[in-house]
Amino acid sequence: MKATVTVMLKQGVLDPQGEAVKSALRTLGFAGVEGVRQGKVIELDLAAGTTEAEVTAMCEKLLANTVIESYRVEIG
Amino acid sequence: MRAAVLVFPGSNCDRDLAVAFRAAGFDTAMVWHKDAALPEGTDIVGVPGGFSYGDYLRCGAIAAQSPIMRAVAAHAERGGYVLGICNGFQVLCETRLLPGALMRNAGLKFVCKMQALRVETADSAFTAGYRAGQEIAVPVAHHDGNYVADPETLAALRAEDRVAFRYVGSPNGAMDDIAGILSPNRRVLGMMPHPERVVDAAQGGTDGMPMFRSLADALVSA
Repeated sequence: MKATVTVMLKQGVLDPQGEAVKSALRTLGFAGVEGVRQGKVIELDLAAGTTEAEVTAMCEKLLANTVIESYRVEIG
Repeated sequence: MRAAVLVFPGSNCDRDLAVAFRAAGFDTAMVWHKDAALPEGTDIVGVPGGFSYGDYLRCGAIAAQSPIMRAVAAHAERGGYVLGICNGFQVLCETRLLPGALMRNAGLKFVCKMQALRVETADSAFTAGYRAGQEIAVPVAHHDGNYVADPETLAALRAEDRVAFRYVGSPNGAMDDIAGILSPNRRVLGMMPHPERVVDAAQGGTDGMPMFRSLADALVSA
């Protein structure tokens, strides 16, 4: 089974990389870009029977720093 | 008076930190990250700068899970001293020995320069050799030194006099210009600037030396 974890900076936390991407897109002429947030996607290959609760524990302990980041887990 | 300097794969300020501890009179051991225990009688642990584990995932995140950090957490819980510099500060935040987090510099660039700092409190073994309000010059060299914490944490740091150093002219966008903070018992210090790089006139400055001397004084009189 597979799980996909998406880690993003929390709303309200300044994302300097997202801001830089936004300004680069505008420089390229994409005037309609009003905001960019950059995060990361982590794909996990898991043994059958691994529970979503275990994946959540992985996020809390390592994959996300919950001081500044939020995460979303998708199984399958 | 014993110091232990941790070494992770990718640490690159470990030897400089050991030189600074030794110059202040510490018997100093280098400790590999896979060790599960600190040397007997360790008074202070130095968590050095560098790029532990290549900054993979987040700066300090993988190092925080290493076996030696469990021993460091136990040492801190017993009231032991811990000094985390640069990547070491990031590691201490990732292990939650200190609150908050260090994000990418607001200007997105790696900053590497001499930086003016204001000593905000002389009430710790790390800063007793300075005067509160004193300005010192200490190098910074980091890409992720932009200190972030929630409003409650910032309020607590201010109310409990736990901001050790502030930048005079922020190089990285850190909240409240915070360059270094203390734990509630004032025995764990994390800071982005590098005091170990200014302990000898040949390095271009000696403003870091009072930190190592005052730590030695605190441990001798303890």
